[in-house]
Amino acid sequence: MKIVVLAKHVPDATGERTFAADGTVDRGSSDGLLSELDEYAVEQALQIADEHEGVEVVVMTLGPEDAADAIKRALQMGASAGVHIMDDAIHGSDALATSAILAAAIKKAAPDLVICGMASTDGTMGVVPAMIAERLGWPAATLGATLSLGDGEVTIRRDDDVASFTIEASLPAIVSVTDQSGEARYPSMKGILAAKKKPVETWTLGDLGITEAAVGLDAAWSKVLQTSPRPPKEPGRVVPEEGGASALVDFLAAGKYI
Amino acid sequence: MTEVLIVAEHADSHISKPALELLTLARRLGDPVAVIFGDTDETVAKALGEYGATRVLTVTDPAINEYLVAPKAEALAQIAESVQPVAILITSTPEGKEIAGRLAIKRGSGLITDATDIVADGTTTQSVFAGNWTVAASVTHGAPIVTIKPNAVTPAPAPTEPTTEQIQVTISEAAKGARIVNSEPKKSSGRPELTEAAVVVSGGRGTGGDFTAIEELADVLGGAVGASRAAVDAGWYPYAYQIGQTGKTVSPQLYIAAGISGAIQHRAGMQTSKAIVAVNKDDEAPIFALADLGIVADLHKVLPVVIDEIKKRRG
Repeated sequence: MKIVVLAKHVPDATGERTFAADGTVDRGSSDGLLSELDEYAVEQALQIADEHEGVEVVVMTLGPEDAADAIKRALQMGASAGVHIMDDAIHGSDALATSAILAAAIKKAAPDLVICGMASTDGTMGVVPAMIAERLGWPAATLGATLSLGDGEVTIRRDDDVASFTIEASLPAIVSVTDQSGEARYPSMKGILAAKKKPVETWTLGDLGITEAAVGLDAAWSKVLQTSPRPPKEPGRVVPEEGGASALVDFLAAGKYI
Repeated sequence: MTEVLIVAEHADSHISKPALELLTLARRLGDPVAVIFGDTDETVAKALGEYGATRVLTVTDPAINEYLVAPKAEALAQIAESVQPVAILITSTPEGKEIAGRLAIKRGSGLITDATDIVADGTTTQSVFAGNWTVAASVTHGAPIVTIKPNAVTPAPAPTEPTTEQIQVTISEAAKGARIVNSEPKKSSGRPELTEAAVVVSGGRGTGGDFTAIEELADVLGGAVGASRAAVDAGWYPYAYQIGQTGKTVSPQLYIAAGISGAIQHRAGMQTSKAIVAVNKDDEAPIFALADLGIVADLHKVLPVVIDEIKKRRG
């Protein structure tokens, strides 16, 4: 069986993240890495591969040249091959175009199962897995705190505020997993060396039968009008342990919470 | 007639506060038409009418509760086809965002998620990069589909007498792919909803796993309890209460962070709180940079004194 893991290369959240002049995320201003939340998706795919015979894990990313680092990391963790969708025309694509490109690439790769993270750590929309499913007409079992593969189907546990749900879907299906699904493994030295020999294909829009005019910033159906940094907060009052409790009580009284 | 479609979430016919917020924002754009999923009683239409809903449309197709997300998106698309709203507003929950994403494809409309405001011309405000940037954006194609974060606006009444209607929808086989085979209701904490609470008291690594003081302080202040990812990962508090990038985003009047260092992952979920108090033993914890009041101390020493003093003052 074949599993495709969708992985995004994002600016490091612990660094200084900014916008480029065209209102898109500036990918040059800080170091990029495999989105932490996608590591959980890679991990779940690798666990399925560990537990079942003949599972191929293909990591797929969409992004400029640097995004190859996200593929590299997943290959080091243990994925078997990579697909890098790269085309200058993609820059600035919205979630609609992104989901259209990925849906076309998934069709081409023809996996049994697609595993995604719960959201990217930069855009944080969390909508792309559902949108890909919508385009492919596949079942979407999203936001799994657990994921298990059965005979021709997958099962997840999805938690919300009021209940915990068990969701089943027949393959082929797309799933997403949360950061509750289990710590992602670190690449071993053996994995790092092995990754260098693993195949990575580069696909362009032409390979996917998508026209340049259908994607990118100009084709986006929403537009960023303005970006502004949040003004720095005025430093507050800091008190030591002695007098700390009465400072807090006074603060609460002043705010009429008592 | 200019109509705006909103999805009104409810629990056992009790309309959620975020639904009233959607109605309040929708009125800036047109006449709000509220869609309700599932069986309800007549009090629902009345409650929605209090906040300006001119029509209440109810969908009770059983597929809504038997399959994940997709049937709701399909039902909404069919409703939108007949209503032809100028915009569709949905609360920014994980499910709400997935519905919105599917609907954007079905309707051929642009999509904006996690807005904290929307004005009459459709311009939205979003807080991004862990709350460090503010973005103004608008949809440029089709009737905008926008998901709105809870607490974006204070619900303002505008009483109307809404008409009510049961809507028949046709759910396709393709929308019945993800089967809900079991659901286990969670026990209610009896405290306010985390994303709706005016006061949130959160505990982190510094609790050492003991949330007694956190819960007691939340209770004397009538607030909700939250937890940092470190505390949730350690198994000290349930994931449903996690505040941060992969949990809830809260924006209460008062946020008290106890034993939380304030990593970027946590700040993303609470940075826009109106007032912030931090209690932490480490005077270099990044949370202090956000705090209006910082107390460098062990929360287990300070909070019990505070709780006692509050009780004493209230007699």
